[in-house]
Amino acid sequence: MDSSELSKKKYKNLVDEASPNSNVYRDCLKAFAVGGAICCIGQALNNLWVNLGASMDEAGAYTAIALVLSSVLLTGLGVYDKLGKHAGAGSFVPITGFANAMAAPAVEFKREGFIMGVGAKMFTVAGPVIVYGTLASIVVGLVYYILK
Amino acid sequence: MRRHVGKQSIRFDLPPVIRAAASVVGPKEGDGPLKDRFDRIMPDMLSGTNSWEKAESALARQGIELAVDKAGLSMPEIDYILAGDLLNQSIGSTYAVRSLERPFFGLFSACSTIGEAMTLGCVLVDGEYADNIAAAASSHFCAAEKTFRNPLELGGQRPLTSSWTVTGDGCVIISSSGKGPRITAATTGKIIDMGIKDVNNMGAAMAPAAADVLIHHFEDFNAQPSGYDAIVTGDLGSTGLKLLKTLMAEKGYDIGENAFDCGVEIFDAKTQDTHAGGSGPACSAVTFASLFYPKLCEGRIKRLLFVPTGALMNSTTAMQGETMPSIAHALRIEA
Repeated sequence: MDSSELSKKKYKNLVDEASPNSNVYRDCLKAFAVGGAICCIGQALNNLWVNLGASMDEAGAYTAIALVLSSVLLTGLGVYDKLGKHAGAGSFVPITGFANAMAAPAVEFKREGFIMGVGAKMFTVAGPVIVYGTLASIVVGLVYYILK
Repeated sequence: MRRHVGKQSIRFDLPPVIRAAASVVGPKEGDGPLKDRFDRIMPDMLSGTNSWEKAESALARQGIELAVDKAGLSMPEIDYILAGDLLNQSIGSTYAVRSLERPFFGLFSACSTIGEAMTLGCVLVDGEYADNIAAAASSHFCAAEKTFRNPLELGGQRPLTSSWTVTGDGCVIISSSGKGPRITAATTGKIIDMGIKDVNNMGAAMAPAAADVLIHHFEDFNAQPSGYDAIVTGDLGSTGLKLLKTLMAEKGYDIGENAFDCGVEIFDAKTQDTHAGGSGPACSAVTFASLFYPKLCEGRIKRLLFVPTGALMNSTTAMQGETMPSIAHALRIEA
């Protein structure tokens, strides 16, 4: 097999041609519908707490707790990954996706023990989100402080 | 070097016999197109154990025991076991053979392991260093996902070029005597790397390796694809098989009619959601044992070229942005 740079480039083109692509329009629609639905549920819960007499801040916290709890439950029951298969970013971006990213490795690495298994591996997917989320918040905070 | 042929091939003076072949698979494989052909189908992914890794070793051991049994031999008559898998340091096979008490060669050649095991097994038998050897390869979907990809319950999407690791163990018993199809020649592959980095498109990484070993096999034996009833690749999947046909056509070989891929045969891509097809060391091993070996025994296939394929990356090098080196080994099997 000729593995010169030229033939590698030619082969790359051949691969791109032969490889089927996902249906972007259909995937976007599904992500929009599921992501939107999760947010609507969140909003409905939020309204419910407010109607029951909670303040806006309290209602936000209760909503987050309810969504995270249901996501972890659905992850444990093996439902969330089936939803994610269709929804993609639609179920990954909302707070439920973050909960799924924490719960999934926790379930997976139970056999390796609670310290080095569940405890350590829980952050393999969500860890980068926490690190860069915190960093981004510091940067935004600094910009806000300077411009204020 | 008198039995070395051409650049990369060997022929066997007293062609070793494949005396028996056995397949043990998981539930998803047991739901697929080959469901009636497997020797044993596990009811669930844990098969009575409490971890995916233990389950893999359990079915790997069962595959070897079953093949020895089908060959009409007892375990002490097996001179060597040659086996490998995908788990770190080939631990799946090591645990599998722990209680069998036979001399063991642990091999790693990713999804082409069964090709390497059969080639080396033939060398041992034809070289009169062994009368009977067991060559086996195993993999487990959940254990492989855990090692190479994301946790099972993580909600995400798999690209259409990705493949599905086969859960199972395929084992063949190669002997100096007995009845069955004979392995008459082998061509050993080189590491081929055409710069593919997408771990979700292993078929594209492996197709050039398959093409390279096929071309050398044909050149070394002055043969043509039409001289074979079937050319069976390991786990190129639908994308890789298409690429292999294109690469072979560019070199003037038309393999279209006779080319099969174990990864394409083992699952129904439409109903089983496996995208490009099956993969993993067990893919070629169980498909050969359940689909092609019986056809050779019945004489429905007279001459077969078995070409297990493997992508040899690991999860660290993949994260470092390295390309995927690949390999394929060819075995000529005649009824």
